[in-house]
Amino acid sequence: MSRIDGYGRVDRTRTVTITVDGVPYTGHPGDTVASVLLAHDTRPHNTSVKYGRPRGIGAAWTEDPTGLVQVEEPFPEPMLLAATLEATDGLVVRGVNGQGRLSEVPDLARYDRRHHHCDVLVVGAGPAGLTAARAAARAGQDVVLVDDRPSAGGTLTGTETIDGRPSLAFVDDVVAELAAHPQVTHLQRTTAFGHFDDGFVLALERRARGASRQRVHRIRAARVVVAAGAIERPIVIEDGDRPGVLLASAARDLLHRHGVLAGREVVVFTSDDAAYAAAVDLADAGASVRVVDARERAPRAGRRRCEERGIPVETGTLVHGTRGEDHVTAALVGEERREVRCDLLLLSGGWNPTAHLFGHVGGRLAYDPALGAFRPAAPLPGVDVVGAANGTFALTDVLREAGGDDAPWAPAEEDPEPTLVLWRTAGDPSRQFVDVQRDATVADIARAVRAGMHSVEHVKRYTTIGTAHDQGKTSGIIASGITAELLGVPIGELGTTTFRPPYTPVAFAALAGRERGDLFDPVRTTPLHAWHVAADAVFEDVGQWKRARHYPRAGEDMTAAVLRECAAVRTSVGIMDASTLGKIDVRGPDAAVFLDRLYTNMISSLKVGRVRYGVMCGNDGMVVDDGTVLRLADDRFLVTTTTGNAAAVLDRMEEWLQTEWTDLRVRLTSVTDQWSILAVAGPRSRDVVGAVFPDVDTSNDFGFMTWRDTTLGGVPVRLARISFSGELAYEVSVSSWYAPAVWERLLAAGGPHGITPYGTETMHVLRAEKGYPIIGQDTDGTVSPHDLGMAWAVSSTKPDFIGRRSFARAENRNPLRKQLVSLLPTDATTKLPEGSQIVGFCDGGRLPPPPVPMLGHVTSSYHSAELARPFALALVKGGRDRLGEVVHVPVDGELVPARIGASVLVDPEGARRDG
Amino acid sequence: MADRTLAPAHPLASRRTTLTALSDELTGVLSLELENPVAAVDLRVDPRGDGPAAVAAAVGGPLPARPDSWTALPAGVALRLGPDEWLLTDAVARAEDWEFHVDEAAAAHGGTAVDVSAQRTTLRVRGPAARELLSSGCAIDLRPASFPHGRCAQTLLGQAAVLLVAHEIDDLQLLVRTSFAGYVADWLVDAATEFRPGFRPGFRPEPQPQPGLRPQPSRGTP
Repeated sequence: MSRIDGYGRVDRTRTVTITVDGVPYTGHPGDTVASVLLAHDTRPHNTSVKYGRPRGIGAAWTEDPTGLVQVEEPFPEPMLLAATLEATDGLVVRGVNGQGRLSEVPDLARYDRRHHHCDVLVVGAGPAGLTAARAAARAGQDVVLVDDRPSAGGTLTGTETIDGRPSLAFVDDVVAELAAHPQVTHLQRTTAFGHFDDGFVLALERRARGASRQRVHRIRAARVVVAAGAIERPIVIEDGDRPGVLLASAARDLLHRHGVLAGREVVVFTSDDAAYAAAVDLADAGASVRVVDARERAPRAGRRRCEERGIPVETGTLVHGTRGEDHVTAALVGEERREVRCDLLLLSGGWNPTAHLFGHVGGRLAYDPALGAFRPAAPLPGVDVVGAANGTFALTDVLREAGGDDAPWAPAEEDPEPTLVLWRTAGDPSRQFVDVQRDATVADIARAVRAGMHSVEHVKRYTTIGTAHDQGKTSGIIASGITAELLGVPIGELGTTTFRPPYTPVAFAALAGRERGDLFDPVRTTPLHAWHVAADAVFEDVGQWKRARHYPRAGEDMTAAVLRECAAVRTSVGIMDASTLGKIDVRGPDAAVFLDRLYTNMISSLKVGRVRYGVMCGNDGMVVDDGTVLRLADDRFLVTTTTGNAAAVLDRMEEWLQTEWTDLRVRLTSVTDQWSILAVAGPRSRDVVGAVFPDVDTSNDFGFMTWRDTTLGGVPVRLARISFSGELAYEVSVSSWYAPAVWERLLAAGGPHGITPYGTETMHVLRAEKGYPIIGQDTDGTVSPHDLGMAWAVSSTKPDFIGRRSFARAENRNPLRKQLVSLLPTDATTKLPEGSQIVGFCDGGRLPPPPVPMLGHVTSSYHSAELARPFALALVKGGRDRLGEVVHVPVDGELVPARIGASVLVDPEGARRDG
Repeated sequence: MADRTLAPAHPLASRRTTLTALSDELTGVLSLELENPVAAVDLRVDPRGDGPAAVAAAVGGPLPARPDSWTALPAGVALRLGPDEWLLTDAVARAEDWEFHVDEAAAAHGGTAVDVSAQRTTLRVRGPAARELLSSGCAIDLRPASFPHGRCAQTLLGQAAVLLVAHEIDDLQLLVRTSFAGYVADWLVDAATEFRPGFRPGFRPEPQPQPGLRPQPSRGTP
């Protein structure tokens, strides 16, 4: 056991038990998996991805390039860092051999989201962040403070002095003061992982309380203070990937946070002053420590403290490698590679400011030779970078930078010694690991440079350095440094790779939040939805809508139900919920002019009280939508759109009005949800509608494509003679409040006629029998009204409308364009699969050798009750000139012959529409 | 038959039980109530002319002068949705009369009023947790100082367009198109999980769908 009494902030009065690689270990609340394992002098059974080398724990927080574990319980998660994974009772993990494993069971935990707006967002609750947050709170600002560790304090260990008191007392004071401010939101265990334009920051909270496991905070801040600290940089040495090699700061962190001594015989190899604090602290905790400083001179204070404790300090000396099997047993010191026995080798090569969030929004970093690091070069509006993240490392300076005149005070370090920039020492480059997780070495960088790469971005992609879970937190700058050395250019000119979100890995489940299952996408329903459900409708998704597709009776499959529903409409009467149709109220003195420009056909000549079918094209002359237009008054129309296109059509109308035709006095109002449309269709529909609305003259004086207003029980109702089935039919429009009541009335009145509710599938069959296309099914954005056989719907007299110019293009007049026709399989039994290709040439019943000439494809295909056979609609090259010809459709390896016919198969004379 | 009065149906009738049960469970924290339908028109009129004043005179109350704000009318509210667009409600008038009345006043100034009474439905969200609940799915600034009494906003809640109306710190209205209302109600009930006692952090099964939350298919005659 390496748990040291008197150290650490874990709760030693309680224990938690975790299982690692099948072995149970006890730890305490506040521990991480890494600290528990190091307390038990062990490590996860990890091996590296490429070379299978043993790997341990390399750091105490997110910068650890190794130390990944697979979580098994309570829920399988791949590749989490032992150093950041909190030890909780029942946690089961195992080491990772290079790669993790995705869960095969669903994640049952909740993940959610919270939006925040604040004056100041402070990222990091170390001395800089706490000071900045306190200053903002005292100024009365709305503050959000986030920090990724379980408790505030950052790198403060408790050995420092702030305002004359132990530093952790200062931390407790500030945390308490912030908690007392109602305008401060302070979130620990919360990682700001992405920073975007205009002060927008995403942060992931690993929640300790609440209904969700993790929460994505979406924070909009007027000012962002980045106080994210700095990450210590290792020095690349031969076999420096061996378990037992850690960052010096990590050993200190483990001791002061968790009370864990990571080794008993310690060699500290440094080119920076900070490692002396680690050496002193570890010695005080009982370790035998030796310092090897690459610099010619040790810092005065550090050397004195070491002397007081009998810590040998060797200056001007390098560590060149390690010895050991599964764990380091010796450091190779000096040019003579003298073996110095140790069970822990600490590396410290200076500090890299954690300026990621500054970089995410385009902040430029510049190399500071005095620091041997990249730091923010020029300020960004709305973003302040303070403390170590800004390259300010001495505590007293950090506090002053973050707090200004109000800053707390800390004593200055005496006579610091400048950091020596040392990327690596001499050794075998193929065993000098730069990115330990990717098994990428100095030799790999050299290979990239020899291959001609001279950009760090290219070297990164060639070597994969910096592409692992840690995104190169410890390896990125070193890779730049070594590349610069190999190229013989200054690192400042070479630069670094770009920081991109996320700062740490984020689970997709967290990003998805509650948008899964029933809430994945809004489900839109009509006022009659409950009725459809109760009637056992099978639903289909049309855009976001749930539409009743058919209503199977006991023992019926879809084919049987649809045949029954079709027969009912053709022989008696059916009723359908058409409320999902888009509806737009178009008003104004120029409404008719506006619609003339939008539709291909003439709308302005429509008389009040009448209805017209309209086709809408894009600028390219291809059909984008269709629907009916009712003229309610000289200056008022109600237009319908297809169900899936309602919002797009309204947006398109508004766009033309607001950007191109600003002179037109037209106003548009969406009334899709306001009005429900109940379609009553079939030869008996007149009886049903007449019974429910006795005030309305339902004789043929109420003609096809006209509408009439009436009332029912005092409620306004509009009846329109519109048919999408070819049968006598009425569309009954009523305020959605009353749709269920009117529906019930129609059903009751239709009872004697066996009124049959029918769904969208039946509607599709009925309209296909009449050759009416469905935009988006029989068209695909390359089909013109002429291709659909609707030249009659294209005005030749209007001066202009959207798409008109394109109709004059030579290609639009090509007689070989695909045209909508019907296809009847000659065997009268095969239902051609929709999407099937149509081939024109058949050699003895077999496909000709490729390229097979393709004539077109099947767009709609159904069984017809009326025709007592299957039929299809298809787009066929020059189809209307080939009526009567037999073409072939490959189905399941067979060529099925089918005869081309006109698109209207049922009642081509239109005799049924008037009943 | 035709002389019998038609019964209106509330678009969220299927969620009423769930919302009531949740509000009872969260008494003092959060309540979600269905409001009764009211007459409503979408008014479009040039804000620079005399139209707004003429309509104001006709409806008996001032129209809000700035977008994203609302004023009280004798039996409803006037919500300014955009530079030339208002939503005017009236809890007393019949929908068709309200359209006629407002349209008549607006027409003289080139304006129009269109009946949208059944286009939306209204949920009332009350309680100390009301704004926190909404901020779990609404990106706009809902801090009381930014969204005080008298403000309204067209925004997204979850993935549905809603019209939020601020009454008090702990009292807001949420207007949603009726076809999206079921989704929004389900979304609110789900989001309220955060405030329900008995939920522990960490890994837990999702709450099972509750009776009434979604209409359950049943076999039987309609």
